[in-house]
Amino acid sequence: MSLLEVRDVSLRFGGVTALDRVSFSVERGEVFAIVGPNGAGKSTLFNLISRFCEPAQGEVRFEGESILGRPASGIAALGIARTFQNIELFEHSTVLENLLVGRHVRRRADIVSQIVFTPAVRREEIAHRAAVERVIDFLDLQPYREQRIAGLPYGVRKMVEVGRALSIEPKLILLDEPASGLSPEETTDMRFRIDDIRKRMGATVLMVEHDMGLVTAVSDRVLVLADGQVVTAGTPDEVRTHPKVIEAWLGADAGEAA
Amino acid sequence: MRVQLKTSYHHDIRLFPDARRALRFAGLVALAIALPFGLDDFLIGEATNVLIWAIAGMGLMVLTGHAGQPSLGHAAFLAAGCYVNAILMERFGLPFLASFTLAGIVTGLAGVLIAIPALRLHGIYLAIATLALSVLTEDIIVLAEPWTGGVVGLVAPTITIAGVEVDRYGSPDRFYWLCLAVALLVTLGYRNVLRASLGRAFVAVRDSEVSAQAMGVNLARTKAAAFGLSCMVTGWAGALMGHFFFTFNHEVFTIVISIQLLLMIVIGGLGSIQGAWYGAIVVGIVPQAINVARDWVTGAFGGGGLAIPGIEAGIFGLILVFFILFEPLGIHGRIMKWRVWFDLFPLCRRDMFRRQKSYLRTERMR
Repeated sequence: MSLLEVRDVSLRFGGVTALDRVSFSVERGEVFAIVGPNGAGKSTLFNLISRFCEPAQGEVRFEGESILGRPASGIAALGIARTFQNIELFEHSTVLENLLVGRHVRRRADIVSQIVFTPAVRREEIAHRAAVERVIDFLDLQPYREQRIAGLPYGVRKMVEVGRALSIEPKLILLDEPASGLSPEETTDMRFRIDDIRKRMGATVLMVEHDMGLVTAVSDRVLVLADGQVVTAGTPDEVRTHPKVIEAWLGADAGEAA
Repeated sequence: MRVQLKTSYHHDIRLFPDARRALRFAGLVALAIALPFGLDDFLIGEATNVLIWAIAGMGLMVLTGHAGQPSLGHAAFLAAGCYVNAILMERFGLPFLASFTLAGIVTGLAGVLIAIPALRLHGIYLAIATLALSVLTEDIIVLAEPWTGGVVGLVAPTITIAGVEVDRYGSPDRFYWLCLAVALLVTLGYRNVLRASLGRAFVAVRDSEVSAQAMGVNLARTKAAAFGLSCMVTGWAGALMGHFFFTFNHEVFTIVISIQLLLMIVIGGLGSIQGAWYGAIVVGIVPQAINVARDWVTGAFGGGGLAIPGIEAGIFGLILVFFILFEPLGIHGRIMKWRVWFDLFPLCRRDMFRRQKSYLRTERMR
């Protein structure tokens, strides 16, 4: 059974068909990349999996169960975490507080005991803090732990967002353009992080990325989208040499020339 | 420069970051408890007024400062708490502690109901909707005459706790201590919420609803909790306010009170418990200061009984404008800057507090 299965999904915004009968499945433990030109429907696909939009038809299954009946806030509890293309952090909070929000789905205490701050709540908070500290260690965020997001450099924010998603202890993590806006050094860093997320955190990674170097380096399989349709899927090397992909990226003439 | 050495996760969770701050707080509480011994009855009343405003301010601060939902209708919840408490004592003969607790709970439940439309309304639109609530309340109080006494109003019954009579005029010191106890308990509960997952959920909803949802924060439940807690605390403030005013009718809880509450937490500093307290102190002191100034002006220049209608609202408005222009983070923000300046002395740079155009989402129109 695949971890995530997207079957025949279509989505329209007015007259624009954002996704047209898209199907693919992500296996446990792999790094799966979605690539495609602007407007291909990559981010829409992510928003669909995190339940911010409703498909006109089709089915999305996570661990064999349909997630389409769930609200957007019910997705994290299943073990699906995500980052956003334009960083969506809690600007006025510290890095630590941001990561702790990721522990929200793991909370057990009810409102009344939180107001009283019972010993059980205290123990729970300590446990959350320890879990978040593991993520901080993992991503080397120690220098920024107490700092507010508002003053942090872009690359660090990007990493904090990955950290916040990891705090959920997800089975599947959706990374929306993890390397966009990063310097070459930071991109290399991100490459090793993604590798580590799979190997050390045991999470499956589904990512949208434009940087083909990064995609080739980390992903097991690549799905190519163009105009809301699946062009092809396969290993990075297969995809790169696929004539239709070359056509979509470089134009038909270039494809013949190559 | 002070550097904190943290050796356990408890350091981040406990109430006070270090012994110095705990001591400072203990000193303040001791001072507050001892206050009635050094003041006359009038000034004790004024101090009580500040405490009640602080409670109401904390009520609104949870909602607006932390959960990011502006409300211009909190006078309605003050009224609800005030009337429910008085009616329960008068009509049902409940002891004060029971009626007081229930007044908060009933008002909190009313707040949860208000949260349902709040799910669809943001920013200025929510403010307008709650403003309507504030206007409605006056009429509802008049219409519900058999219970509320309508235009004539009600008289707050005398409070008896464990055989001790607490009366606003008969024993202002005891009433002050009662308000102080409530204020301290509310502060403690507020602080507890902020260091637990609920408080983080509030801030998450305030700063980014989209990513709050992606993190598994249920918007409906979180907003309902924010409205519920906020209105419960406001209801308690209202109940105490009823006893403070002694008699009250539909004209007490006007829209002006709602606006003054919102103004108070903005002046104090949105998004901090201290902000509610600073704001309450300003709101408590300014009208007295105006009175003193007026007497002085009259004394110095003659022309007895100088009365300028609307001077209070005007001065509050001016203060608000100055704060929004020059210190959007309020009194709390200003004090934090001073503290950093002293902590880092002489390493503070002028640039450190350069104004950044990043406001709380509450302040943005959407």
